[in-house]
Amino acid sequence: MANTLHPHEEHGTFITYAVGYTLSLVLTGTAFLVVATKAFDARGLILAIVSLAVAQLFVQLLFFLHLGRETKPRWKLIVFMFMLMVLAILVVGSLWIMQNLNYRMMPPHDLDQHIQQDEGIHY
Amino acid sequence: MSQSVVVQPVSRGQADSKTIFGFWVYLMTDCILFATLFATYAVLRNNTFGGPSGSQLFGLPFVLIETLILLTSSFTCGLGVLAARHQYRTQVIAWFGITFMLGVAFLTMELTEFAHLAQEGNSWQRSGFLSAFFTLVGTHGLHITAGLLWMLVLMVQVLRRGLLPATVRRLTLLSMFWHFLDIIWIFIFTIVYLMGVV
Repeated sequence: MANTLHPHEEHGTFITYAVGYTLSLVLTGTAFLVVATKAFDARGLILAIVSLAVAQLFVQLLFFLHLGRETKPRWKLIVFMFMLMVLAILVVGSLWIMQNLNYRMMPPHDLDQHIQQDEGIHY
Repeated sequence: MSQSVVVQPVSRGQADSKTIFGFWVYLMTDCILFATLFATYAVLRNNTFGGPSGSQLFGLPFVLIETLILLTSSFTCGLGVLAARHQYRTQVIAWFGITFMLGVAFLTMELTEFAHLAQEGNSWQRSGFLSAFFTLVGTHGLHITAGLLWMLVLMVQVLRRGLLPATVRRLTLLSMFWHFLDIIWIFIFTIVYLMGVV
């Protein structure tokens, strides 16, 4: 049948799916164990699990969604990069604005305390 | 004397890759939808209004099992598409059947968690944190439900008409949708559940 395989079409094999699945299992398991055993302090934990999630994002994009296997021009990749940019503006922007708002809307007593304790400015 | 019009046929591969690209663009916009919900959640996660916070509500082992189920379903879904490309009809039904069952198991666990939270008075009306939580996780659940319905329809198509080119293409799109939902879940697992407990 002519429709079974297109040589120019990007797709995986059993090996790529199996590798992707194994790597994802390892990454998920590691993230869970790191948090369950409290391997680091809070800051380290967050850094560790976010890095593991991003690693898994790339594993699944490469092995399950076959991103980057297309031939030029790489439209899928370009659209993906643009999406990442919009995503970053949305998420970072929201957090930035809301944190700034919280800071400025702090009751005067809390603000004094915050400035003295967290920012180390005494006046 | 008839003059036949010469139409340059678009090869099936070209048509397929256009459809796949179009679907990819849809997935990226869906990703933006989830990004707004993640941003909302990140802003509201500490606004518990005197109610329980994530660390008091979430049971990590339960969520880990949910995650593993969804991850496995993503793998079996990929194998289903491979089988479809090689025209192995029985295998396609078997792999997508397994994927469907795993999807149902995942959805059941999610709904059980929701019902449990609501019964204890921690519904979406309790606090800003819980509103954001239910919206984010619930939207993912709705996508999973849509994916399951789609899968059911395609399995009926495969059973009744076999693996026609159009059906193989639809199965490919469904698998992209399913892998995408798995990726979104990885971030829900990390940002909502794991970070909620840290």
